[in-house]
Amino acid sequence: MSLLTALELVPLIGSLLLFAVPKENSKLIKQFAFALSIVTLAVSGLIALRFKTSVPGMQFVESHTWISNFGIQYAVGIDGLALVLILLTTILTPIVLLAGWNEADNGRWSVRTFYILMLVLESSMIAVFAATDVFLFYVIFEAMLIPVYLLIGGYGRGERAQAAMKFLLYSLFGGLLMLAALIGIYIISTNQIGGTFDLAKLSTLQIDSGTENFLFLGFFIAFAIKAPLWPFHTWLPGAAKSATPATSVLLLGVLDKVGTYGMIRFCITLFPHATKTFTPLIIVLAVISILYGAFLAIGQRDINGLIAFTSISHFGFIVLGIFAMTSQGISGATLYMVNHGFSTAALFLVAGWMVARRKSSAIEDFGGLQRVTPVMAWCFFIAGMSALALPGISSFVSEFLVLVGTFTRYPVAAVFGTTGIVLAALYVLITVQRSLHGPTTPGNEEMTDLNLREKIAIAPVIAILVLMGFYSQPILNWINPSSHQTMQAAGYSDPLPKAGK
Amino acid sequence: MFTPPHLNYALLAPILIILAGALIGVGVEAFVRKSQRATVQLWVALITVVAALIELLTVRNQRSTLVAIDSFTFDGATVFMQATILVLAFFALLLISDRGNFVAQASAIPGSEDERTADSDGKTQTEVFPLTLFAISGMMLFPAATDLITLFVALEILSLPLYLMAGLSRRRRLLSQEAALKYFLLGAYSSAFFLFGGAFLYGYSGTLTLNGIAAAISASAGNDIFLLLGIVFLMVGLLFKIGAVPFHSWTPDVYQGAPTPITGFMAACTKVAAVGAMLRIFYVALSADLIEWRPIVTVISIITMLVGAIAAMTQRDVKRTLAFSSIAHAGFLLIGIVALNQSGLKATLFYLVAYGFATLGAFTVVTLVRDSAGEVTDMNRWVGLGKKSPLIAGAFCLFLLSFGGIPLTSGFIAKFSIFTAAYEGGNTTIVVFGVLTSAIALFFYLRVIVLLFFTEPKSDAVSVSIPSLKVSCVLAASVIVTILLGVYPSILLNTAQSFATFLR
Repeated sequence: MSLLTALELVPLIGSLLLFAVPKENSKLIKQFAFALSIVTLAVSGLIALRFKTSVPGMQFVESHTWISNFGIQYAVGIDGLALVLILLTTILTPIVLLAGWNEADNGRWSVRTFYILMLVLESSMIAVFAATDVFLFYVIFEAMLIPVYLLIGGYGRGERAQAAMKFLLYSLFGGLLMLAALIGIYIISTNQIGGTFDLAKLSTLQIDSGTENFLFLGFFIAFAIKAPLWPFHTWLPGAAKSATPATSVLLLGVLDKVGTYGMIRFCITLFPHATKTFTPLIIVLAVISILYGAFLAIGQRDINGLIAFTSISHFGFIVLGIFAMTSQGISGATLYMVNHGFSTAALFLVAGWMVARRKSSAIEDFGGLQRVTPVMAWCFFIAGMSALALPGISSFVSEFLVLVGTFTRYPVAAVFGTTGIVLAALYVLITVQRSLHGPTTPGNEEMTDLNLREKIAIAPVIAILVLMGFYSQPILNWINPSSHQTMQAAGYSDPLPKAGK
Repeated sequence: MFTPPHLNYALLAPILIILAGALIGVGVEAFVRKSQRATVQLWVALITVVAALIELLTVRNQRSTLVAIDSFTFDGATVFMQATILVLAFFALLLISDRGNFVAQASAIPGSEDERTADSDGKTQTEVFPLTLFAISGMMLFPAATDLITLFVALEILSLPLYLMAGLSRRRRLLSQEAALKYFLLGAYSSAFFLFGGAFLYGYSGTLTLNGIAAAISASAGNDIFLLLGIVFLMVGLLFKIGAVPFHSWTPDVYQGAPTPITGFMAACTKVAAVGAMLRIFYVALSADLIEWRPIVTVISIITMLVGAIAAMTQRDVKRTLAFSSIAHAGFLLIGIVALNQSGLKATLFYLVAYGFATLGAFTVVTLVRDSAGEVTDMNRWVGLGKKSPLIAGAFCLFLLSFGGIPLTSGFIAKFSIFTAAYEGGNTTIVVFGVLTSAIALFFYLRVIVLLFFTEPKSDAVSVSIPSLKVSCVLAASVIVTILLGVYPSILLNTAQSFATFLR
């Protein structure tokens, strides 16, 4: 058993053990779940330490036959891309568990169920990034919807059941399209090399271009719904408004990254020719996402809705970076995924605390928080700055890389994308001004600042945002080899600079 | 001079054991005291089924096309389907034996004095056990029969007891009798069509055996009009039994009216038998003529899936919803027939097991949701059951998720393998439609889940009764099979693979 399988199993077995804890003892349940997520984090740290940047391809590889009739394997392995996303998962999970210590208390079901679902979700998020068998990936990709669905529907706010349903239906629909494409590529492999779902073997197939386009779309739409890319984004704002902060962080911070991760890992690797065909269209969609998300964010009155729309804008940047097909673009997009994860985590968590204290999520209900609750206000300010990619904060590096990477190939798209930055400044600064500065809005005078638990939870996120803003190199060292590999697989090389213009 | 036919009794034994058990059951009705009848009948039926299964397993590796001259073929597919029917029937019998689902005296007019006296005398209907056994024998014969007359006889043996049993519901007598009558009349029509089709095929090929018809087709010996008419009429009879559109209209009414355990039995086992027979007829007799029937079946499959999925959304009754879901599944099963390759056969066999257990489980849950007047099937009154009884409601959700084809349930692997087979057979259109319908179908499965878990329960007298030991067994078996086949399907897929052959 490789360390990777162990990493998947720790939260899963932990969730089973939770069944043994009596339902009423919610304190013990919370402590146990938190301890488990810390153990998971430690194991993932061990993996990161043993990960060798010099070795090309997958590491920590393990495979067993699962369903022999279809050549399906339990096959896992990670490269730099998967590693950083797994680390994102394992770092964020204990943080959200700590930050949302009391979130589960008023749910539809018991506290125990909440933590079981959380741990199952963590396990499946690790597994989905580790899977190198496309069928295994698909199964986890679909199965992980169920815990999220229950977390939103069971512990959320407002129109939670409808929001959860919309999320589930969108995702399942995308998943079914992917299933059709999956079967298609399996049949092609049966005819050419013997039925397999092994990613490396599948990427060697010769597919005629008409079929390839259809298969590509099957995968791409599923990922575009998950990511979410305009026009497949409509499920996101509802889900973000209804979910608890902890769930929102995992949903937007990690789970949606499966979409962009899938585009790199599956769409580009498996269907390089179709990728070339569709790139112009996707670039356009990405730019629309950037601008559309930003404009709607400016108009948002709900703080969670605001974060959701900023995310749509940011996902536009990520997709832009991926399909620019330059090494800066892909590396930047990958780094963007990590940064966006932490940035969204900071935003959602602080916003969650604000909402819990004010009992309202309308931006206009806040005001003058800087004076009443300085720590919380500063945290929100830094989170906001990370959303607008202020130099010195991590997201700046990735946004810069994405735009540079895009400019060398698609200058027009890059120019339009850059206006997204201006709009970002607008929506973040307006919100910051309305909620943090100015006179204290009536009803906020008695608001309490962050307590120790909340400070401990948010501190690592803020630290990472700032540290990585100054020094992203270690992560880029992990990411760069896999970006190069992706580009090579797709048959691209970096465009040469146009000399002396 | 008359030469007695040679019969291979060892291979016929599973069916003969069931028939013997049924006859013993009839004897029990006559000779055992009333108070003990129910218990004795149940044991007789269970032992019979187990004995038949053991006999079947001991001869599972024998193959012969000449078991009873040439009208019964014992091959891999026969073994697999007979075993599936027996296992499903075993659990269905446990469900049938559970208290109070059947009318005290079927002959009494609903609401009459007779009925009240029968009720107050504490009479119980126990004829249902031998009837079930007779039906099982027909079901076992149907997928193994290789000439049109035997097929017809098997069809009638399996149908007649079902017509009767559909009318035996204890509650809502009129609805139940209406269901029985509808089922009988439409069933009789469809049988007539089947016979008519058989006659045309005989006219075309001059033989009744499937192999003979296949030979005639490849030699293109006869009049093609007869062949086409024969195929179409034969199909009407078969499609009626599996409840495919446009021959599906009996399904919701009968599913709703029949006593729930019978509905479960019918939905699970009849489908295995009828799909089994269809597979054999199309794979063995008509595979050479696929240009004529394949487009028809493809279109019927697509329409069936769509109608089943869309109509299910508008239903307010749990049993009717499950009926439309079973119609949609009939469409999915037809994909396996259209595929016309070994993977298609294997996938269909797997699908039948997965679907059979999930269906049986779902109807078991229906028998448990009650108020003072009996079962509650109005979906609006199922609201919030997840809170009252999370385990039972959770099991029901599992079955629905399996119907919907969510990964890690048996239904997903079933759909995946049947789509793969169709793709392999070069039929991409049907896969695309299958996928789309799955998306539509998911909508109503999820709607039920929302109703159970995400809606506040009303203060209503509806409750989930504590399942008896027998019912718990059925429920546990369905849950285990549904999860096991989803997580580790190789166990059954390998078996299906090795048994997925038709002897010609």
